[in-house]
Amino acid sequence: MSSRIFGSRIRRREDPRLITGSAVYTGDIELPGMVHAAMLRCGHAHARITRIATEQAEAAPGVVAVYTGVDTDGVLQPMPCAWLLPDAELKIAPYPCIAKDVVRYTGDVVAVVVAESAHEAYDALDLIEVDYEPLPAVIDPEEAARAGAPELHAKDINGDDISGNQAFHWTVAGGGDVELAFAEAEADGVVIKERILQQRLIPNAMETRGAVAQYNRATGELTLWNTTQNPHILRFLCSVVTGVPEDKLRVIAPEVGGGFGSKIAAYPADFVTVFCAMRLGRPVKWIESRSENYQATTHGRDHVQDVELAATKDGRITGLRCTVYAGMGAYLSTAAPGIPTILHGLMLSGCYTIPALKEDVYGVYTNGVPVEAYRGAGRPEATFILERLVDMLANRLGMDPADVRIKNFIPKFDDGHEVVTTLNYDSGDYPGALSKLLEHTGYRALRERQRAGPSNGKYMGLGLTSYVEICGLGPSQVAGAIGFQGGLWESAIVRFHPTGKVHVFIGASPHGQGEETTFAQIVASEIGVDVADVKIFHGDTDSTPMGWGTYGSRTTAVGGAALALAVRKIRDKAKVVAAHLLEASVEDMDYEDGKFFVKGSPDRAKTIQDVALMANVAWTLPEGVEAGLEATTFYDPPNFVFPYGAHLAVVEVDARTGHVELTGYTALDDCGPQINPTIVEGQVHGGVVQGVGQALWEGAAYDESGQLVTGSMLDYALPRADQLPDLDVISTVTPSPHHPLGVKGVGEAGTIASTAAVYNAVMDALRPLGVTRVDMPLTPERVWRAIQEAQGS
Amino acid sequence: MFAADFDYYRAGSVAEAGQLLAQHPGAKLLAGGHSLIPLLKLRLAVPPALIDIGRVAELRDIALEGGGLRIGALATHAEIARSDAVREHAAALAEAAGQIGDPAVRNRGTIGGNVAHADPASDLPAVLVALGATLAVTGQGGERSIDAGDFFTGVMMTSLGEDELLTSVRIPSAAGRGTAYVKFSHPASRYAVIGVAASVALDAGPGESVCTDASVAIGGLVPGPVRCSAVEEALKGRAPSGEALAAAAAAVAQDLGGDLLGDVFASADYRGAVAPVYVERAIAAAAGRATQA
Ligand SMILES: Cc1cc2nc3c(=O)[nH]c(=O)nc-3n(C[C@H](O)[C@H](O)[C@H](O)COP(=O)(O)OP(=O)(O)OC[C@H]3O[C@@H](n4cnc5c(N)ncnc54)[C@H](O)[C@@H]3O)c2cc1C
Repeated sequence: MSSRIFGSRIRRREDPRLITGSAVYTGDIELPGMVHAAMLRCGHAHARITRIATEQAEAAPGVVAVYTGVDTDGVLQPMPCAWLLPDAELKIAPYPCIAKDVVRYTGDVVAVVVAESAHEAYDALDLIEVDYEPLPAVIDPEEAARAGAPELHAKDINGDDISGNQAFHWTVAGGGDVELAFAEAEADGVVIKERILQQRLIPNAMETRGAVAQYNRATGELTLWNTTQNPHILRFLCSVVTGVPEDKLRVIAPEVGGGFGSKIAAYPADFVTVFCAMRLGRPVKWIESRSENYQATTHGRDHVQDVELAATKDGRITGLRCTVYAGMGAYLSTAAPGIPTILHGLMLSGCYTIPALKEDVYGVYTNGVPVEAYRGAGRPEATFILERLVDMLANRLGMDPADVRIKNFIPKFDDGHEVVTTLNYDSGDYPGALSKLLEHTGYRALRERQRAGPSNGKYMGLGLTSYVEICGLGPSQVAGAIGFQGGLWESAIVRFHPTGKVHVFIGASPHGQGEETTFAQIVASEIGVDVADVKIFHGDTDSTPMGWGTYGSRTTAVGGAALALAVRKIRDKAKVVAAHLLEASVEDMDYEDGKFFVKGSPDRAKTIQDVALMANVAWTLPEGVEAGLEATTFYDPPNFVFPYGAHLAVVEVDARTGHVELTGYTALDDCGPQINPTIVEGQVHGGVVQGVGQALWEGAAYDESGQLVTGSMLDYALPRADQLPDLDVISTVTPSPHHPLGVKGVGEAGTIASTAAVYNAVMDALRPLGVTRVDMPLTPERVWRAIQEAQGS
Repeated sequence: MFAADFDYYRAGSVAEAGQLLAQHPGAKLLAGGHSLIPLLKLRLAVPPALIDIGRVAELRDIALEGGGLRIGALATHAEIARSDAVREHAAALAEAAGQIGDPAVRNRGTIGGNVAHADPASDLPAVLVALGATLAVTGQGGERSIDAGDFFTGVMMTSLGEDELLTSVRIPSAAGRGTAYVKFSHPASRYAVIGVAASVALDAGPGESVCTDASVAIGGLVPGPVRCSAVEEALKGRAPSGEALAAAAAAVAQDLGGDLLGDVFASADYRGAVAPVYVERAIAAAAGRATQA
């Protein structure tokens, strides 16, 4: 069984505890003497604080303490930004944990109440009096960059002026001669222009954020339970902000109920909770409410994109030129500057041979919730640009969108291909993926059906996406070069116990993806133990080795590689021990399925369990071999991995009401060899649906004064199962040439592809009605209005 | 996130609930809690006391009585949606109840709570108006019966007295008529952006059947359910299909008047403009179910 465990659809071992409610989340942590914190969020998009009075709240029943920015000022350092984008005039604005003078978005913390119960803490929030002098607010990033817009910050942390709310200006590297490409296309080709709004999205992890902090005054040790995707990074950031040295700081990510990027960042409320625990000498718990989650946990996307494509008259792409205003929100969140730049601009040539490319990205401060990575993080926004433009090019030239793609694809390659943005893609067969998709879905026949015209006022549309994405972040040398304030390797410790049971300690921090299962499968397949004998430990900085966390579809791609290599080290050592026990020479030994045997005589064998026992008791070991059976690896990937695929969405648009129905969806993804296809499909399902959400339903809406209008699930429309067709999920398998297991990543693929596929499908359906663009989300009213306008009524 | 403090009482019977209501001015009845508890948690409602009627068994029944339906105030949306009696005698109601929110909401939410709460975006008020339901209530002043058409008086306002309890909903049998409910649901809240209930009777003429009587009500985009008499008039004696139906449905503009509701998702203008489509679909669906008398 062991050799077949890689690739088998075993059930997720995480599920029983998740389904039966026995999993322990941050909110479940109870400690003796624990008190509860509640954050007072300002509720103003932009205002000056003129007075705060806390006396009444302090006197309220159960209240232990009330703190404001006056208390934390100088004690808590400003929130650090950890992605220092080079060559981009980066201006980091001061980001206090508790705002003292000016508040810049509705979720800014102005005070914290600590009480004996959470209920009492929330009750007392109402008793804090704060006087504000409202200031003009701006939410739209392009507007915020215009002269005369309200300015959020006067100076950055170095005392340099911030003007025009500009946090940075980044230009994509490499690029060929873009101006020439466009000049030629203007003269004797085609130029397609489009304006794309990638609306703000609210990540909506099932579990909101929270923290529990316990400080031991006698030892100076601090333990922080937190809903984080990356406990080791949080430990580092917590040390910077609170001053507790790293060696006395333990961060535990217990069960974490989803993140989608929103739990990468460190947040002021986490450190305010720590501050309270240190001041009071009592454990403090803070759990975010859902409303607070909408107001204060990072959002995603928020791009205003002006994009242009140059092509020849026969449909060959010659250039791409983009200007993007990326809303950063009120402050730069932990990794924010890297998202609309490195993870976006570098992927702009996608699956195509594009000789010349240029992108200017302006990161802009606005009075919105800070924007961070959100599933796909930069790549959906890049894929959308390309895939929309390719469809528009097809329409302009009267070609089928599939044919334009085929014409421009990078030909199949299996060991590296350098693109115009200087990235070196690892392996891919983009034409192969699309042709398999077209065949599988009967695409040409669907087109025939579409040509029959609308039935019952319902217009059918087909939308394609061909995508390639960058993940498995990434080589640490590159991380350094692009200003990421950390490494991007992963590590694993594999420890065999005397009975042959295995403990694995990893630095990555899965929070719903299922790596406790797939990682056990990796170990089982590499060394022939039963999966049930492998236990995976993660999420506790005291017991697991350093690691950079779970995001960017990197956990299996990087952490999985570290693990496989650690197990291979063990295999090498076990072979030496087995040879010794069998009185054979190491060169004569063979290994298969958990057995070490003398070549040609499979009966002269020792199992890995035999070896584990003998290595642990160490009665007889070969000379120079240490006792125990344990290995540690640090895996720093030589390159990124580049999963890819092709998706098809089929929609029906009711022209009378503007309703869009997604009637069919097929996803073809190539993430290399699949450790557990059920888990891969689960990731694709969730990812696709999140991308469909952006196309059809989701969008954070603010009013003129900067108040979030879609502040709850009553108004913010998340996708639901009954709005979706059965998703047809297929794959191809192209191993990464540089990865020990050949695997790529699949956590974000669905989201990266599906928004553009659905959008393209809707625009395809609306073509006969003369509609060419509608802003997302494609709500019935927006679609209906676009039809009315196009029909001239 | 947390409700303000309140006292909690549990009533064992309708009579006890009535007494508790009289003893605790300002108290709120608690049925399924699916409208009230969100208001409490957001502190949009801060009642001094809750009177839980959730376990009053006598309010749960769904029964056939005198050729019509009597549905206890505590019948849940799920029970109504799957009741054979309701499906047979008031198909529109079963259809509407089955489209409320999601399974969790349907398993807890009650018809009594739904109509007493009178949210303009609720599904059931329009259905009850179209089906000519009456609501049985009891209070200090004794029992009385209110026509659904008179019950809903505005956004979250009804003619129910402070001390009154809704005990049941009575619906005359729609035997022979066809009834249907068609909904444009909000993708986030699942409440009705537009909801149309229709009850249609057809004649058995030799040629194309025509509508002899129609009762149509619309909700979601208006403060309370609106009876569509202009639509009904326009439909009488006409075939409920094609041009005639479209023309009749268009008359809903007269019924709606100018006071329409809208939000960021769907503006009042848009709702008004597409309302005829839903009226048309509801009538067509109802007509399709009518047996020709
Ligand atoms: C997520 C969600 C989605 C929903 N979607 C929809 C939808 O699509 N369509 C729809 O129509 N509704 C929807 N609802 C509302 C749902 O139908 C509620 O259940 C219903 O409106 C209230 O019924 P309840 O039994 O829960 O009442 P409660 O919340 O217990 O009470 C509501 C109000 O009615 C009063 N009340 C309750 N019972 C009586 C009685 N017998 N006599 C007098 N007063 C009484 C209470 O005092 C209170 O003021 C949704 C609710 C939620 C939470």
